[in-house]
Amino acid sequence: MTDKIISAKNVELKFGKGSEEVVALKNISLEVGAGEFVSFIGPSGCGKTTFLRTVAALENPTSGQILVNGVSPDEARTNRAYGYVFQSAGLYPWRNISKNVSLPLEIMNYSREEISKRVSESLNLVELNGFEKKFPWQLSGGMQQRASIARALSFDADLLLMDEPFGALDEIVRDHLNEQLLDLWQKTGKTICFVTHSIPEAVFLSTKIVVMSPRPGRIVDVIESPFPSSRSLEIRDSKEFISISQRVREGLRSGYDHNENKG
Amino acid sequence: MTTMRIRAKKFLKTIAGKILPILTILVLLTVVWYFFTIYLNSAMQIDKYDKQGISWNISKLVLDTMSQERPKLPAPHQIAEEIWETTVEKKITSKRSLIYHSSITLSSTIVGFILGTVLGVVLAVSIVENRAMESSLMPWIIASQTIPILAIAPMIIVVLNSLGFSGLLPKALISTYLSFFPIVVGMVKGLRSPDIILVDLMKTYNSTKVDIFFKLRLPASVPFLFTSMKVAIAISLVGAIVGELPTGAVAGLGARLLTGSYYGQTIQIWSALIMASILAATLVFSIQAIGYLVSKKMGYSNEEA
Repeated sequence: MTDKIISAKNVELKFGKGSEEVVALKNISLEVGAGEFVSFIGPSGCGKTTFLRTVAALENPTSGQILVNGVSPDEARTNRAYGYVFQSAGLYPWRNISKNVSLPLEIMNYSREEISKRVSESLNLVELNGFEKKFPWQLSGGMQQRASIARALSFDADLLLMDEPFGALDEIVRDHLNEQLLDLWQKTGKTICFVTHSIPEAVFLSTKIVVMSPRPGRIVDVIESPFPSSRSLEIRDSKEFISISQRVREGLRSGYDHNENKG
Repeated sequence: MTTMRIRAKKFLKTIAGKILPILTILVLLTVVWYFFTIYLNSAMQIDKYDKQGISWNISKLVLDTMSQERPKLPAPHQIAEEIWETTVEKKITSKRSLIYHSSITLSSTIVGFILGTVLGVVLAVSIVENRAMESSLMPWIIASQTIPILAIAPMIIVVLNSLGFSGLLPKALISTYLSFFPIVVGMVKGLRSPDIILVDLMKTYNSTKVDIFFKLRLPASVPFLFTSMKVAIAISLVGAIVGELPTGAVAGLGARLLTGSYYGQTIQIWSALIMASILAATLVFSIQAIGYLVSKKMGYSNEEA
């Protein structure tokens, strides 16, 4: 029980009522252990982001149970159990990088010394030291996203929830950030939940891949990755990598009803 | 040294880039203005020639239309002369000094603007933080602006006078009445401007409403506030002048307009009008400059500032 960071049982979530009702999550049961890197992959509307938001207590399940660190998501949030990274960096334009990273620390009432120590540690982890005094508009998209990761790391939560953090970046930057993220994950031993659209990204990063499907949002396959936690971009050319990618693709296809999907 | 020089050059270039278009329009307007001066004043001038049996030609007519004492439309140089006489040559304490009158109007403009800004911000905050306030207040706020200010201004002055308030405050309150509105609208928009993910982000830190307000909504609203303040200060000046009209005020630009129209002193009216627009331009420009400096200081990029 203790090493289960997330445990979801029959979680269901509906938006709207009557004919407008949308079943965003149906019958989601899943466990995430400490130190795992779990990717959620699926087409738009499959509920991967909604599930992440449910873990973060930004949405409430209609039925079923979800526990984060053994307590309700609301309580976990009060305990500051997780850091959340959104698709866009979401930096405050009126705060420089170090002030952006210190935002959660200010809200959590850390002492001044503690804040400056943690800000420089977090910026170190994402290799952004030297940019403390820069404002967001002075940084590239990839650097902005790294700053937002530093912000999520600053208060040292054990769980990192990432909602397509690199979705808006080009492939070269994305590859680089994926490597950095793996590196960071190994260094810190955090548990990471990572939402993505990209099959190679999911297979490359994860210890566990959760394949989801829309209408209603549900899990169609859970794949355990055979790769060691320390891996390099070269594994993408290996046989295992290709066979896992294939399995993910099949999972995506099986849950994908072309007649129903009009875009 | 060279960077200084480059900077100075750049500065001059931007000034030239901004001033030149304005000057071009000014020249055009002046030409049109002179044309109308001659056109509108000539009938009266010819009448005068006929009565006094003076023989005249076109060039004499043109010159004379531009130097009448009470022209239908005074020429720009007549207004400039009047402004020069009543600002530079008159003592500031003199009742005929335009600077004296401007300062009277300016002070109630400023007081009214400050009150309006405070009121506007307070209303905007309560609207954004409380749904009930929005549905109960917003219709009244909008309705308040549909009442013609010219109709309500004398009422406000009369009521306040009978309550013992006279002088600056009633006029300032009319400015407040006009200027709080753009502030409310702009601030509500500004306080609601943060992206939904920024609010969600604050929620993931388990932050309170107070945190979300002071760390997110308020700083995000600053550029909106300055944009509304530019509108509000110009409208405050209008309010102050309108407030001076019905009271038979003896001082202020409004009073100058009024006495000017009693005695058919068109030159006086026009110079008060020009003075009012110079004042408005200066006020708006000052707000803009302060807004720019604040945005820069806060870290916004040039485009956002």
